[in-house]
Amino acid sequence: MSTPAVSPVPIPADPFARSVWPRVALAALVAYVIYACAQMEISWERVLVGMDNAGRFFSRLFPPNFSRWDLLVKGLLESLEIAVLASTLGIVLALPIGLAAARNLMPPWVSWPARAVIVMARSFHPVIVAILFVKAVGFGALAGILALTVASIGFIGKLFTEAIEEISLKQVEAVRATGSPFLSVLAFGVLPQVFSRFIGFATYQLDSNLRNSTMVGIVGAGGIGGTLFAAFQRFDYDFVCAILISIITLIMIGEVLATAVRAIFIDNATLRDLFRRRGAVSHERVLDDD
Amino acid sequence: MADAASLPTPAALRVWRRFTRAQRLTRFVVYLVIIAAIVASARTVEVIPEFLYDAPEQVVDLLTRMWPIDWPHYQESVHAALMETIHIASLGTLLALLLALPVGVLAAHNLVPFTPLNLLAKLILVSSRSVNSLVWALLFVGIFGPGALAGTLAIAFRSIGFVGKLFGEALEEAQPGPIEALTAAGAPWISRMTFGYWPQVKPAFWSIALFRWDINVRESAVLGLVGAGGIGMALDSALNLFQWDRVAVILIAILAVVVIAEVVVTQVRKRVI
Repeated sequence: MSTPAVSPVPIPADPFARSVWPRVALAALVAYVIYACAQMEISWERVLVGMDNAGRFFSRLFPPNFSRWDLLVKGLLESLEIAVLASTLGIVLALPIGLAAARNLMPPWVSWPARAVIVMARSFHPVIVAILFVKAVGFGALAGILALTVASIGFIGKLFTEAIEEISLKQVEAVRATGSPFLSVLAFGVLPQVFSRFIGFATYQLDSNLRNSTMVGIVGAGGIGGTLFAAFQRFDYDFVCAILISIITLIMIGEVLATAVRAIFIDNATLRDLFRRRGAVSHERVLDDD
Repeated sequence: MADAASLPTPAALRVWRRFTRAQRLTRFVVYLVIIAAIVASARTVEVIPEFLYDAPEQVVDLLTRMWPIDWPHYQESVHAALMETIHIASLGTLLALLLALPVGVLAAHNLVPFTPLNLLAKLILVSSRSVNSLVWALLFVGIFGPGALAGTLAIAFRSIGFVGKLFGEALEEAQPGPIEALTAAGAPWISRMTFGYWPQVKPAFWSIALFRWDINVRESAVLGLVGAGGIGMALDSALNLFQWDRVAVILIAILAVVVIAEVVVTQVRKRVI
């Protein structure tokens, strides 16, 4: 490949030459994988032994046993209640905290403590927070509600703060220029700008709380998780399967409802649109949301 | 959208409204359902108020039992468990990246213009995401027995859906120009992938990987509660023995790792991406 001598820029022999660093990184990665597998005693034999077990395990999972449906329904309802109440409490508490943490509207002495609260609420997995609340308020749904409330404050607070920090201050200034008090500035200058994003976070958080409310029961904080873990420890695998199927169904319903709420508040859909859309644009929606 | 014709009011009396009647009605129905759900939940949930009155006492008790924190315990057993947690998160993320790449490619309609395959890939992604990592952990503990292997696989299977979904979306958003140029030059499929798509989705891919690793560090800390290895197992045994001073060490260790992971992710993102 000879190039004309007039070319002002020297053309390298191989324009697609590979840099050395990706290979070094790959080698380091392979070394790490081997080291970590050795540390954790993960080996191919164990995987093969597991594969033998898998057949037996799955044959015991099926067919699912729904005979104790009353226990199942009770647990699912409790999970649902935990999710609804935790989301409500979490959103109600996260709004003022998130607002206080926004650095473009609040002085530093307000925003830093609020940011600290949000970081603390986010630092632990909800199941670990649930352990602490089980100790504080005893076994049962209350511990789950409080744990998921903390998680919601962390998540919604953080995103709400970011949303407020990204707003355009022109509207805020315009409302301030009319001499409006602070609450009016919030109601007419700030909230309309963040409302649609807020609906997004809130539905996402409800969805996430629903998922986690089925799990906090593992540490005794109410909901179907306790039933699931007890059945698992008793090797009641067909009941485990029934519980898992119910949990997944519940979560999928929750996701569909969350999508509907987003369509109503963000895209101004009506009930009729929702049902019509399902036929015509369902493919498009699958691409958008899942 | 807004159908002004459906409003029967004469022009003189017409009042500007932001939403049509149907939209207002729909919103009202949503508010009604939300309030009904909150009221119904608050009325039926089983909360024992006596436990709540007792809470301050219990919290004080918890804190006094946690103090003094059992620092020597960290060297004895927490450190190894913590490292195992990080290995679970990292190996799980790597495995998830490997498994999610083909699924993400299959899910992208512009790469695989065959809708049944797209839908199959999306089904895999949705089912991976709708099962909680603790549930995946339970299943893998059932298959492989307790230990880090179950945890790693749980993290990997939970992450496939997340990584595959975002990677597939990034592929679908890729500019068609470079790919058309490569196709016009007669490039085979593999070259179109490596020189057309990969440079375009590379930043998205690495940022998804980092983001998921951060999440996985948090999640792998609790997998041990169901026996899937890592620091959760240490936490579980300390909890079962009411050794709250050891629980305190473990919680501080988890917090430290989560904070370090977040700092690492932010720094790497700033420098590399």
